[in-house]
Amino acid sequence: MTGANNFSVSRYAPERGPLARLTARDSLLRRLDWPILLSAIALSFIGALLVWSATRNRTQLNQGDPYYFLARHALNTGIGLVLMIGTVWLGHRTLRGAVPVLYGLSLVLVLAVLTPLGATINGAHAWIVIGGGFSLQPSEFCKITIILGMAMLLAARVDAGDLVHPDHRTVMKSLCLAAAPMGIVMLMPDLGSVMVMVVIVLGVLLASGASNRWVFGLLGSGVVGALLVWQLGVLDEYQINRFAAFANPELDPAGVGYNTNQARIAIGSGGLLGSGLFKGSQTTGQFVPEQQTDFVFTVAGEELGFVGAGLILVLLGIVLWRACLIARETTELYGTIVAAGIIAWFAFQSFENIGMTLGIMPVAGLPLPFVSYGGSSMFAVWVAIGLLQSIKVERPMSA
Amino acid sequence: MTNIPETGRTPRVQIRLVIIQVIVFSLLFTLGGRLWYLQIRNGDEYTDEAKSNHVQRVVHPAVRGSILDARGVPLADNETRLVVSASRTELMKMKDRGKGVMTRLADVLDMTPKEVMDKIRLCDSQTPKPCWNGSPYQPIPVTLEATTQQALQIRERPEDFPGITAEPTAVRRYPAPGKARTSQVLGYLSPVTDEEIQKAKDTDSPHLRSDQVGRSGIERTYDKQLRGKAGVTSYEVDNLGRVMGETESDPGVPGSTLVTSIDARVQAVAEFELAAAMKEVRKTTDKITGRKYEADSGAVVVMESKTGRVVAMASQPDYDPNAWVGGISAADYAKLTSKSSNYPLLNRAIQGQAPAGSVFKVVSASAAVRAGFDFNDKYLCSSSYSMGNRSFANFESQGHGPITLGDALKYSCNTVFYRLGHQEWQRDGGLKPKKGAHDWFYKTAHDFGFGSETGIDVPNEVQGRIPDRQWKQRFWEANKDAWCKQGKKGGTYVEQIAYESCLEGNQLKAYDSINFSIGQGDVLITPIQLATAYAAISNGGTLFNPTIGKAVISPDGKRIDEIKPRSHGRLPVGPETVRDLDKGLRSVVEAGGTAAWRFGGWPQDKIPMHAKTGTAQVYGKQTTSWFATYTKDFTIVMTISQGGTGSGASGPAVRNIYDAMYGLDKTGNQDLRRALLPRPQAGLPKIDADGSIDAPAVKPYVPLPEAPPTGQAGPPGEVWMGGRTL
Repeated sequence: MTGANNFSVSRYAPERGPLARLTARDSLLRRLDWPILLSAIALSFIGALLVWSATRNRTQLNQGDPYYFLARHALNTGIGLVLMIGTVWLGHRTLRGAVPVLYGLSLVLVLAVLTPLGATINGAHAWIVIGGGFSLQPSEFCKITIILGMAMLLAARVDAGDLVHPDHRTVMKSLCLAAAPMGIVMLMPDLGSVMVMVVIVLGVLLASGASNRWVFGLLGSGVVGALLVWQLGVLDEYQINRFAAFANPELDPAGVGYNTNQARIAIGSGGLLGSGLFKGSQTTGQFVPEQQTDFVFTVAGEELGFVGAGLILVLLGIVLWRACLIARETTELYGTIVAAGIIAWFAFQSFENIGMTLGIMPVAGLPLPFVSYGGSSMFAVWVAIGLLQSIKVERPMSA
Repeated sequence: MTNIPETGRTPRVQIRLVIIQVIVFSLLFTLGGRLWYLQIRNGDEYTDEAKSNHVQRVVHPAVRGSILDARGVPLADNETRLVVSASRTELMKMKDRGKGVMTRLADVLDMTPKEVMDKIRLCDSQTPKPCWNGSPYQPIPVTLEATTQQALQIRERPEDFPGITAEPTAVRRYPAPGKARTSQVLGYLSPVTDEEIQKAKDTDSPHLRSDQVGRSGIERTYDKQLRGKAGVTSYEVDNLGRVMGETESDPGVPGSTLVTSIDARVQAVAEFELAAAMKEVRKTTDKITGRKYEADSGAVVVMESKTGRVVAMASQPDYDPNAWVGGISAADYAKLTSKSSNYPLLNRAIQGQAPAGSVFKVVSASAAVRAGFDFNDKYLCSSSYSMGNRSFANFESQGHGPITLGDALKYSCNTVFYRLGHQEWQRDGGLKPKKGAHDWFYKTAHDFGFGSETGIDVPNEVQGRIPDRQWKQRFWEANKDAWCKQGKKGGTYVEQIAYESCLEGNQLKAYDSINFSIGQGDVLITPIQLATAYAAISNGGTLFNPTIGKAVISPDGKRIDEIKPRSHGRLPVGPETVRDLDKGLRSVVEAGGTAAWRFGGWPQDKIPMHAKTGTAQVYGKQTTSWFATYTKDFTIVMTISQGGTGSGASGPAVRNIYDAMYGLDKTGNQDLRRALLPRPQAGLPKIDADGSIDAPAVKPYVPLPEAPPTGQAGPPGEVWMGGRTL
């Protein structure tokens, strides 16, 4: 089903009503990747329930309204869906042209966080408070603009047929493009987001077909950098402990160790079927901090058990599986790179988020895509879904 | 779709996309595996942890069961005291962490604020006492002794005292009906230790941190039954300890009631008479040492002969068990455990041991019968018995000519038993025992229950000692090094003895067997062993395990678990010999017998009395008085350490106890209305429909006025005269 064929078929088809057009064999709706869409909707729905359960009793957070977070999460999901539709409508190819603008905008926004406009929420100076209870986390949008920007640069000459693989100069340029917002985010400091961005850059480089030297060079410099930080004693012992507390909560029992310990107890006590929604004692007792955002997976673990938490993994797996297919089957390198960046982003962020609640990754403040409460993250992941859909349906330049 | 290079993707990109896919899914599988490990494999562990995380248990202690006497009179019960408690969780929620409330409380209770705060701080390794080692969710008692006035002040101003309660609470009490303290028999309670909590953790009656447990006496033996089960309400709490709801509540079960065989009235008489006899004998001068008798300790046991049930058991010195209630003070504790008070916590009836003296002769007579001697043959009661160059005298060096073993008991003739004991020793091979030596005397002593516990239902009974060949060997092995070091040939007396012991202390010597035949030497017995043995002679030969507990009655009165008498064997002689012994012991109180002077006017035909006196020599101390007696229904044994002779020191007291039980006056006239216990208490106290038991009143014991002279003044010569024993 190449784009050219589809167009020729529709051109000679008889005139159809709007409903028939939507349901037609070759319609946009039919060509959407439904497994991804349904999985993402299911994840958002489960997320709404979990966020609701986690915040029902947190009176100091929900301003006395047990449905506050549920309603907000639903609203965020709705906006996310609209953003997705908009993204599909515009199409990733159109956005390719708008990348410089979008990239510039995201840079301005992250820079704004460093100005007095920025706010610190939960220890991370990563927010811009808009007012009316809304706030923005620009680093989430940076993830998209980094993907789009790098893809644009790396794919430009390859898709034009000039080169088989991006040359060193292009790779260099694309790395600089990514480095600018990453440096700013690092200054916030929002290390969790930086980690995700590093992985995104890696995924993008891999998919772009850049020389192995770049890939291994990047990996190697990361390892060397970490070793240097460790050996030179840049970090205090408590910082190292805090990092290592995921494996041994006793290293930092009052801080991060407490979180990981309580998270592990919550998940572990769920067993096969869980205690039932709203019935988790750890959740109702608010033993796990940040349970509607970073630690939302613990609610699933406790109240929905292995079955429910496993379902989240399966749904994430479907999204990632389909995304991989899209990356492999699209006709342009540009689409492949964008899809690969999104895969790297979703996969790593999910692994880090769930891994920290299970005690196999260090604690970092990252939301679980679709499930965690949080507008910026929700909008970003839905835009990403929109990009995947657009790649899938091979939206032409001018939709 | 296809993978045609036309799409711009090279094989390199294609391979890398597959690599990405593989990595992504290995990450997902890692998460799934870890999730399985936490939730399925180790799920139970985390479930428990979650439970302890969010459930807090508040304990309502069970009211401890009462201990009643055989008629239902409480020996130990609970009284209601006004206990002021503080809820730590509530105080800690206040802005000043409860300081203001505690200061006001201290003012009302006449304590300093620091005292109050110390009481409710939590114990940890750095906190000195006082501190609270129970659950912080438990109301913590600040005082057990609030006055009504103080309680009212607190309750009328709840706004001033948030988190403080003043409530009537059950506290253990030992009411001592009719002045019957029953101290050592009842025992006492003290807070549970960590080890005990650990040990009882997985049993069906786990301890609570706030528990008091029985430490000695029947409080300890029947602790499990008396303790009941505490009620527990589990509250679900959140991460700040705020209560979110009640999950489950277990109302608990009050402790069961223990009915004992003790008769408070007889117990009061026994306690009084023992103390009076000791006081009396301290006025008497010991003719051997020339000092007044010390009478440092004593014990008396009153037992039902046919069941082994203990009707009264007293031990001197004693103490007030109420001293332990609400935590014993350091001063009281020091007093109870000091040498100067002579260890009143010891129950001398089961933990006091002394050489037996002549009360042991029933064993020797039985041993002789087992060895083949006829009980009713005549044996020479000479004034002394010679062995080699040593001479063992009878008391007063008096001879009675050839007499039966029964008469040998009556006159307490030593030489008859010396001779029998010595002969048996020779028959067994003397210093070089034959293979399969009978050792009848030692064997019989064991068979009478001496040298081992009787199995009474109070803890820490001692065994006594039968110095047979095996014991001699063990004792020598344990001590020979010290003896050999100290011993010196031709040195002082002590050195000479040590020298001999070093060489041949493991041998059972001829004089050992001669001494043993009259209960002297290394033999040690306890009053409860003696009572058990004499009760067995009385009842035809059954050795009962003495018991104090008679029945355990559930709090609602519906379930009654009777504690049946149990026997641990029979006397090793036939019924005929038991009858012979019985006759011999009966003659002891009749004309010419060693206890006759103490039983003048006793209605011997109506209530046949049997007795045996004993005066045991203890190296370096004054003689121990033993007196073992029985009637058809009761056995009474009394001993006074450093108290002189058997009939002299203990005789009148034992007679007084019998008089009170049977309602006799000094001339032997019985008045059944005055009789406290003419027959053993049959059956249990009446239990009302609601499970309560009415207690009859107990009048304090008033001793009878001294007897008018009966003409039988003075002992017939039971006086130490240089012989070994009487």
